This record gives sequence, C-alpha cells and structure tokens, in this order.
Amino acid sequence: MHGSRIPIWFFIGLQLAIYGVLIFGYGLYEVISGDYALGVQLTNLHTPIWWGGVLLLLGLFYVVKFRPGKPM
Amino acid sequence: MFGLVPVSTNAAPIGSLPSLIALASSPLAQLRPLDIAVIAIYFGMVIWIGFYLKGQSNTSEEFFMAGREMTAWIAGLSFVSANLGSLELMGWAGSAYQYGILATNWYWIGAIPAMLFLGLVMMPFYYVSKTHSVPGYLDLRYGGQARTVAAISFATEMILMSGVNMFAMAVVMKVVLGWDINFSIIVSSVAVALYVGLGGLRSAIFNEVLQFVLIWGGALLVPILGLYQTGGWTGLKAKILTNMGSDSYFHLWRDTGSFSANPMGVHWTGIVFGLGFAISFGYWTTDFLVVQRVLAAHNLRAARMAPIIGSFFKMAVPFIVILPGLLGLVLLQNPDGSRRQLVGEDVVAACAASSAGQPADPAACSAAMAKTNLTAGTQQKVLSGAPDSELHTYNQALPLMMVRYLGPGLLGLGITALIAGFMSGMAGNVSAFSTVWTYDIYKPLINKKGSDSHYVLVGRLSILIGVIVSIGAAYLVQQFHGIMDYVQALFSIFIAPLLAAILLGMFWTRATKLAGFIGLLTGIVFSASLFMWVKLNPGNLKYVALSDAAKPMAENVFRALWAFCFTAILIFVVSMLTKPRPVAELDGLVYGATKLPTEEWVPIYKREWFWAAIVAVIFVILNVLVW
Repeated sequence: MHGSRIPIWFFIGLQLAIYGVLIFGYGLYEVISGDYALGVQLTNLHTPIWWGGVLLLLGLFYVVKFRPGKPM
Repeated sequence: MFGLVPVSTNAAPIGSLPSLIALASSPLAQLRPLDIAVIAIYFGMVIWIGFYLKGQSNTSEEFFMAGREMTAWIAGLSFVSANLGSLELMGWAGSAYQYGILATNWYWIGAIPAMLFLGLVMMPFYYVSKTHSVPGYLDLRYGGQARTVAAISFATEMILMSGVNMFAMAVVMKVVLGWDINFSIIVSSVAVALYVGLGGLRSAIFNEVLQFVLIWGGALLVPILGLYQTGGWTGLKAKILTNMGSDSYFHLWRDTGSFSANPMGVHWTGIVFGLGFAISFGYWTTDFLVVQRVLAAHNLRAARMAPIIGSFFKMAVPFIVILPGLLGLVLLQNPDGSRRQLVGEDVVAACAASSAGQPADPAACSAAMAKTNLTAGTQQKVLSGAPDSELHTYNQALPLMMVRYLGPGLLGLGITALIAGFMSGMAGNVSAFSTVWTYDIYKPLINKKGSDSHYVLVGRLSILIGVIVSIGAAYLVQQFHGIMDYVQALFSIFIAPLLAAILLGMFWTRATKLAGFIGLLTGIVFSASLFMWVKLNPGNLKYVALSDAAKPMAENVFRALWAFCFTAILIFVVSMLTKPRPVAELDGLVYGATKLPTEEWVPIYKREWFWAAIVAVIFVILNVLVW
C-alpha cells in the first residue's frame, strides 16, 4: 500500500495481462486455423480476440501505472 | 433448501446439493489445456500474494486488521467481494430462472439501504471505538457476557459455514467439471489456508479484490452475448413473454401485493421490513465477516466511503447474476434444438439414472416430473433414458450459459470466477473466525497476558485449525445431509437478535449491560425456537409468515423480523428495569454520548454524503424502471 510495497492493483493488472495474452492468442489461432470449439455459440463475433484484448489492455494499464518502485 | 440466507444476505437457494453427487453422468463442461492453465495461474497468483504479504503481517494489528491501511476502494471492493460467493452467483441465477427479476430484491433493497446506513451512520462508532471486531464492540458497550455469546455463536457459524461452502463448492465442481470431491476440497482448503495463514487479513482482502475483478471478467461475457443474441432487453422481454406467457418475470414489486400473486410466495411487507431491514441491516452492519473489511480502512473517511463504493458494485451484480438466469429461459436448448427446461434438484435426484441409463426408480421419476412443466415428449425421453435427455437443475443455469458462449480460455476464466467466488467466501469465513477466536475468545477467556507475537501465532494456528475443522464439517455434511439445513439456518438465527442489540446499544444511551446480554441470548433462543417450530411442523409456517399462501422463501424474512422485534422489546424492558451506565462511559460507543472527530475538509465530490445521495437516486430509479 505504501512506500515500496507492491500495490494490489499491480497483481490484478499482471493477472489480467497474462489472461489477456492467452485468450487473445487463442482467438487469433481460432481465426487463422478456423478451428472453433464445438457447441460454442456466436463464434462469428470472435469473442476471445476482443475480450482478450480488453483484458490485456486493462492489465497493461494497471501494470504500468502501479509497477513496483514507481512513486505513488 | 438453503433457505433465504445461507451464507450471506444473498441467499443461494442451491438446495439439496448432496443428492446431486450421484448424478451428472457426464459433466456440463470439458476443460481444455488452456482452461487448466488459466485456473492454475489463478492459484499460483493467490499463493504468491500470500507469500509476498507474509512479511507485512508480523504484528497483531497487521495480521488481524491489515494494519488499518486499506484505501476506501480496496476496503469497499473487498467488502462486496467477501459476500459475492459462487453459491450466490449460481443460486440467484437459478432463482432468476425460476422467479424472474423478483430475485433482484436481494441485491437492491436487501443490501443498498443497509450499506449506506453502515457507511454514513454506524461506521463512526465502530471506527472511533477502535474495536477489532463486532463482538469486541459488544464488549465495550455491554460487557464480556454479551461479547462471549456473540463471539462463540459467530465463530461456530463461521467455521461450519466454511465447511458447508467447501462441500458445496466440491459438489458444484463435480457436477460442472466432473472433478473428484476430495480433490476440490483439499486443493481449495490448502490454498485458502496458505494465503490467509501467511498474510492474514491483508492477504484475504487483496485476494478478495483480485477475485472481484476475476468474477466480473469471467462472468460479464454471458449477459453481453446473451443480450446480443436475444436482440437486447426488449427482445429478451418479448421472447420470455412468448415462451412463458407472463410478464411477471419483469416486475420487482408489482406482484408482491399478496403472497399468492408471485412465484416466490412473498409479500412486500416481508421484503421491505424483513429482508430490507432485519436481514439486510443485520448482515451488512453487524456481520463481522463483512464489517471487518471496512474496519481495515486507513481513516474514518475511507471507512465511511468503503460501503458506499461497495454499494455501486452491489447494485450492478444483478447484471451478471439475474440476467443470465432470465436469458437462460429463452436461450438454453436441448441438443435437438428444443427449449431446455431446467427443474428442481428434487426432480433431478428422483430421476437419477441407473447404470443402464434409465431412471433407477421410474415411478418416482415420473411422479416428480409430473409436478413440472416438462413436456410429455421430454418426460418420455427421460424415462426411456434416451441420449442427451439428462435433466439439469435451476442452479445450473449460469454454468450452462457459460458453456454456451465461452470457448477455450474464456471458459477457464468463467470457471476461475466461480472458484474465486468460493475461495473469497471461505477466506472471509476463516479470517473473521481467526480474529474473533483470538480477540474475543482466546484473549479474554484463556490467556489475557500473551505477547503481541503470541496472539499472531494463535491467529495463524486458528486459521490452520479452522480450515481443518471446516474440512471435517464438509465431510460431516457429506455423511449426514440433514445437517446442512441446520448449519445454513445459523446465519439467519443469529443475525436479527444481534442487530437489535447493536442498534439499541449504539443509538440509546439507556440500554444496559444486563439488557444487552439477556436480550441477545434470549433473542437467539427465540429465533432458533421459531426455526425449529417450523422445521418440526411445516404447517406452522403460516403463523410465522402470516399467510397460508406463504412459501419457505418467506420464512426467514419474517422470522428475522420477529426475532428483531422480540430482542428489541426485551432489551428495552430490561434496560428500564436496570441501572444504566454513566453517559461519560459511553463516549465513542453511543450516538449522543460521542463527540465524533472532525474530518479534514474535502471537496464535495470526495464526501461520503455526496456519493451516498447518488447511490440512493440510482437505487430509486432502478426500482421504478422495473417496478
């Protein structure tokens, strides 16, 4: 919370960014390969790409803004 | 039945979970390696946070109160997250499927007024008194006897509830993913024991905030995609009207004028006074599980802002809980494209298949299905054990919707949201238990002269022991299913008498020590007696809930109301017959006897009254919109 401690928002940002990379990456794989999961609806919306992208951007924002060592 | 308020004010009517263990011949969802990776990363992160925070939890103030360093945002999100368990998510999605938007009352009037009252009116007394716990406040106000009653009842409730939640989570993971019951119990309890035991309340709060974000990240896609597919809110309403033939699914208050006019069997008086006051205020303002998060705030203004910040998010939770249930009414389909109808757990249990695939007891299955709206064709398929004819319960509405829209990775995120919800609830239970055990039972009754480090050690050990006892409770429930009903009723039995004792103690200088103790103890006995009276003879429900048409949902609401009134009257009468404490002794404890500290000037947009007013306006608008 204070001083050199890592804020909780950094942990949250890191986790969202990791999830964003994984899900966005899988979305790209789906589009490129055309290999969509069976039974899942609305695959034409390419949800993993935009939702993964949202998670990644949000995560990166928090990682950068609350990175350890940055003056608060 | 979980009843109305099992774990929190947001009751999850998850029902007879044990009976479902034997079911689910095939799990609802199949996880891919990417999903497993997402879940594993979550576990890795929470344990990392626990180890990281270990070095910041060396004193009792740090371990039990998170150093009282939390900002309003962190305390507020943790405050809401500790209540946002997966049983609530799944249970209320199932309730929305059954009863429509009426279920939203448990998120709005059943939470928002109480959260604002806590922030604006009660928090100063909790905070200024520097108490470590709610029983600790009772100690300061009424003395050690009242504290001991509250502490023992609360600690017992926490540990048993933790066990029930653990077991419930394991059953859900079995049904949804096919995971082994023992695996789920051990993994979740070891993770919670590690991160709470290492980092104390600070770790629990950090993880609750993380879990809150993950719950939204994992669950928000379902209503977004569902509304897209139904053509928005208007399209959803039109489709439900076509499918169900009733518009009562969209009305929060209109049909609560009589018990029989709405499917929940509740009356607006019960919702307003029982749920909106006795239960909601009892939970949000006196249950230490949630109050502890706010007590960790770094100053009084942050402590007052935290519940108000939390109330914004609380109002939004129906978007990820109620909407998926409503969407499930029109979107869930059988493999042949027909509308999938969910049923109660009693029906699924009655139709449990034998090894041959057909119901083990066709007569019982047929009788159970006859009470549902399942079509004749569907009933015939179930009885013949046709492929893809497996029945699903109301409480599976949310996981079924997740499976419908979430592919690899996203499904892992959705499942992580459910696991995170379970673990935040369990961590809340054990961290609150540890504080109450150490400060309100061990320290005053067993060892008054321990060093600070000794009490931290006791706190860490109590978390370990608490988790072990919880595991024992989980297996006890597995062996003796009937225990579950009683354990789940504990919350609603304790909370209303506690509310009466605290409100009178906080706002009436005349309330005496003896009145507080006798009122609390007798109120709990009265509340438990009402519960047993109906349990032993369900016909007595009509007396408790004031109507022949009342359903079990109404019971807890009215029982809480009567228990509150009984306790309040008793405290009043005994207080008038006994000698009060000098007003000078009540400084910092009672309204009218306390000079609250002057807070530094801040612009209006940083003041708690400003934001509380905005919450109140939004609350009224939302209720009017879906009247």
